[in-house]
Amino acid sequence: MVLEDLFSVVKTRFNGDQKDEEKKKTDIPKDLMFKCPRCSNVAFMDDFVAIGKICPNCGYHARLSAAERLEVTADKGSFKEFDGGMISKNPIGFDGYPEKQEALRAKTGLKDAVITGEATIHGEKLVLGIMDSNYMMASMGSVVGEKITRAFEYATENKLPIVIFTCSGGARMQEGTISLMQMAKTCAAAQKHSQSGGLYITVMTDPTTGGVTASFASVGDIIIAEPKVLIGFAGRRVIEGTIKQRLPDDFQSAEFLLEHGFADMIVERRRLRRTIAHLIRLHKTDSRETGNGGTHL
Amino acid sequence: MNDLTASERLDLIRNKNRPTVRDYIPLLFDDFFELHGDRLYGDDGAVIGGIGYFKGMPVTVIATVKGRNLEENKASNFGMPHPEGYRKALRLAKQAEKFQRPVICLVDTSGAFCGIEAEQRGQGEAIARNLMEFSSLKTPIITVILGEGGSGGALALAVCDELAMLENALYSVISPRGCASILWKDASREKEACNVLKITAEDLTGFGICDHIIEEAVGGAQNGPEQTAENISEYICEALERKMKKSLDELLNERYTKFRKIGEFSEI
Repeated sequence: MVLEDLFSVVKTRFNGDQKDEEKKKTDIPKDLMFKCPRCSNVAFMDDFVAIGKICPNCGYHARLSAAERLEVTADKGSFKEFDGGMISKNPIGFDGYPEKQEALRAKTGLKDAVITGEATIHGEKLVLGIMDSNYMMASMGSVVGEKITRAFEYATENKLPIVIFTCSGGARMQEGTISLMQMAKTCAAAQKHSQSGGLYITVMTDPTTGGVTASFASVGDIIIAEPKVLIGFAGRRVIEGTIKQRLPDDFQSAEFLLEHGFADMIVERRRLRRTIAHLIRLHKTDSRETGNGGTHL
Repeated sequence: MNDLTASERLDLIRNKNRPTVRDYIPLLFDDFFELHGDRLYGDDGAVIGGIGYFKGMPVTVIATVKGRNLEENKASNFGMPHPEGYRKALRLAKQAEKFQRPVICLVDTSGAFCGIEAEQRGQGEAIARNLMEFSSLKTPIITVILGEGGSGGALALAVCDELAMLENALYSVISPRGCASILWKDASREKEACNVLKITAEDLTGFGICDHIIEEAVGGAQNGPEQTAENISEYICEALERKMKKSLDELLNERYTKFRKIGEFSEI
């Protein structure tokens, strides 16, 4: 891995526009083939799905819906959802926002961009939050802010660890400054949980950006990222516009984050369940007495 | 009463004669000592921090600063902080907590800087850390938005006990320019976006985000920096009086609730 990194050539994207055009030209049946957004490799959809929606060529961990994530994460039948009926209003009277939400609710079966609840992983009890990029790119408005906050508060009250799978395009513009305030609200709740001695693990998935990166996603006690996913604060195009040059392809990747000291580890999807359970066990005060660190997992 | 639209206010607060933090600090504080650096990486010129007296009381001042001319703007990166600016702010806030000084934050920024180095040094983490730490800082925090309150870059100095805005100040989740380019793929329609986003002091008072509107000199702060500073000073004095007499528990609970209650949703 390290050797590979040493010799890897940093590709600049001077031909980006041309590449984009080529992409459009390639006619790939979407339901049969998967084209990796990181390495452009094309694989059979069945193969891609069979290995857990991971690019067989470069290992990019593609997006999962909240339901898919829940299925591969929590123990079967253990999830008890919180606040499943919460929906947002249209506080600034944003044109078309309620209609957009209605359409998305019908399409995705979600009420907003996050599900929260209590569950177990390998028998370890925890509070779980899972964001879903299919819903307005998992942007954070009132509902996401409130549900995440309540999840932290529940975890604090019940002395439970909390694990949040983050992905987001940022704060939800359609709710104006109210969505900005959700950043402060969630971080304040995370702080209370932290000060009560609770464990908070963030799992950053594709893509974690903007106001979510600049709030609860970045303040976990332990920050895990899935391989090759996009993680950053500002949008790539915004930065390219500011500095007037193309950015390297690996900019704002999970690996970039690890290199610069903003993530603890990159963990493959198939090892996440075990890793999370292991970490929770390591933070249990009674495991100190028994000395059972759970290495047998 | 101010009946300017949000986009007219945007013009006003970008007026090159509008007083900046550098104009206000000597008008608001005595014996101000600037303190530099985040002790981790460097000293960000976009954030000024220091200690001084406010009407005889020692306070910590933290501010994002725009320049009054090109030279000052080069030094202050046009008021757009890098992570080290937010980390300097946090260091000084923690210092204020230690010495039991209230913190006065003055905000005027179009946002946190977006660039390669900002990403390498963790712009997101720096802002997030401030939100988290300021929420439980054991000393009163008063924030005044003087002009532009640009998204997370402003919020990083605005987790506070009371938030006031100058009457023409704006506070938004996204720059009007950014909003226009997303909505209509046309950044030049920023004025329209400005009016859509509901970002004036009056709008935000309605949402429970802004606690107090500070009057500017007639026609805008540029017409009377001294008068405007006088109004800011009067407000800070009252706000500190309200907050200093509270017990620490009360202060922190109310700060938590101030943000906790913001959100518009229904449950079915």
